[in-house]
Amino acid sequence: MDIKIKKFQDLNKIIPILTYQRINDEKSIVVSHKKLLFTLNCLKLHFGYQYSLLSSISGVDFLGKNYRFSVVYDLLSLTFNSRLRLKVFVNEITSIPSIVNIFINANWWEREVWDMYGIYFDNHPDLRRILTDYGFESYPMRKDFPLSGYVEFRYDEKKKRVIGEPIELTQEFRSFNFEMPW
Amino acid sequence: MILKKNELSRELKNFTINFGPQHPAAHGVLRLILELDGEVVERADPHIGLLHRGTEKLIEHKTYIQALPYFDRLDYVSMMAQEHTYSLAVEKILNIKIPRRAQIIRVLFAEITRILNHLLAVGCHAMDVGAMTPFLWAFEEREKLMEFYERVSGARMHAAYIRPGGVSLDLPLGFLDDLFLFCNQFNVRLDEIEEMLTGNRIWKERLVDIGIVTSKEAIDWGFSGVMLRGSGLPWDLRKTQPYETYSELDFLVPVGNSGDCYDRYLIRIEEMRQSLNILNQAIKLIDNGPIKTTNYKLNPPLRSEMKVSMEAVIHHFKLYTEGIILPFGETYTATEAPKGEFGIYLISNNTERPYRCKIKAPGFGHLQALNKMSKKHMIADVVTIIGTQDIVFGEVDR
Repeated sequence: MDIKIKKFQDLNKIIPILTYQRINDEKSIVVSHKKLLFTLNCLKLHFGYQYSLLSSISGVDFLGKNYRFSVVYDLLSLTFNSRLRLKVFVNEITSIPSIVNIFINANWWEREVWDMYGIYFDNHPDLRRILTDYGFESYPMRKDFPLSGYVEFRYDEKKKRVIGEPIELTQEFRSFNFEMPW
Repeated sequence: MILKKNELSRELKNFTINFGPQHPAAHGVLRLILELDGEVVERADPHIGLLHRGTEKLIEHKTYIQALPYFDRLDYVSMMAQEHTYSLAVEKILNIKIPRRAQIIRVLFAEITRILNHLLAVGCHAMDVGAMTPFLWAFEEREKLMEFYERVSGARMHAAYIRPGGVSLDLPLGFLDDLFLFCNQFNVRLDEIEEMLTGNRIWKERLVDIGIVTSKEAIDWGFSGVMLRGSGLPWDLRKTQPYETYSELDFLVPVGNSGDCYDRYLIRIEEMRQSLNILNQAIKLIDNGPIKTTNYKLNPPLRSEMKVSMEAVIHHFKLYTEGIILPFGETYTATEAPKGEFGIYLISNNTERPYRCKIKAPGFGHLQALNKMSKKHMIADVVTIIGTQDIVFGEVDR
């Protein structure tokens, strides 16, 4: 965490940062998805930053907000021992440019975000679903996807294979969301 | 025998095989689609997700305390390392410090877990390659270590011992004595395993110069942990971004120089020795004191206190029905888990449930480099590479 705040003010001169946040010694910046590739290229290759290792990409669903999804890139600079979080906010219909050409390992992380949230990545070489079953529909990590899902599987004795059927619950899933009474 | 010319020049097509979800060398449920040219791997396409349990989704529907045991079940050979990361993340958002004794107990168990994991990694790797004996010896030692788990938490594997605010229970009597005895004899066990493997001609033929990763490639692929250090980068989060009491402890970070499977094997062995070293130091450092914060919004009050204080009863009830409430905040907390950098990206929204809990599993990042690492290797080397990556599907599929 060596890079000083000063350096991040300099960063504003090269990169069009929308917001700069600092929570508990953790730095994060928000950029527009149009400037994503440029920003990541700068952060990776600029001598003063060298965020050359991409730790992870995560999606977040802010249901009910104008920009529903946020894609979060966690970068690590081995040279300066510094972490930086880069956020991009998009709505349901906008797609994000894929960063596979900058960070090779973004491949699976982007596939995961696509699989879980349905955020489309432009120019991704191989955008298949990754964690869910073959032929799975809808995006399970979205906040409007129920915890129990839509389909249940069982072995059908007559057809001699596993079949999927719409889920039937004898009791609705109960979420004990306590309001603070005091 | 005379061969006709057209028979000789017949075109050979690559063929594709399924390295199926149920292969013993796949370390769980990995479906690998291998495109082979004879015995040479042209392309490896891992299909993962067969053990996907929706942990992240489940955590969003649980309170912070209820979410903790899911972390044991992610990487089910290094259980406490993940509880540890989660607890640190929660503590970071709450901005609290935990007592020193709790920190040292956490270090003890983080290192026990590291040995536990590396024993399985080296043992199973050796078995995949064809050496049966080290596996048996390693599992005998693992059993002893899991007894330590059992003594503090009651469970051999899924301990749920390290919790936000400290650890759940104090160490039982005589625990540290037995840990000391274990440390004394374990070095010899390691020597025995090394005697079987390190100089072994077959072992070296199978590992040396297999799956070479240069330091640049390791960074490009976002490697962490042993995979990064094997390529010559001295990057260990315990040293570079120290948490708990690691900055006071004296240990070395082994680094490889050729970046092949053999280097990574040597690093794992050396890390176990360093962990022993840390354990020995931590046993000396530990002294009496509280094992969790006395903040009753975070930890239950003492049973004896609850008998006399109404306040304490209320706190206890609130804690176990409603749970901990975290203020608005977010954090990416990473620790040096045995497999690499295990990170939690936690978003809290002033309720008792996490809004988002992204789990950055090291194995996920490593497995996607399998195609690159196994290209132009023989099919038997794929097994070696899966072994050296130390893949466990609990964490890859989440």
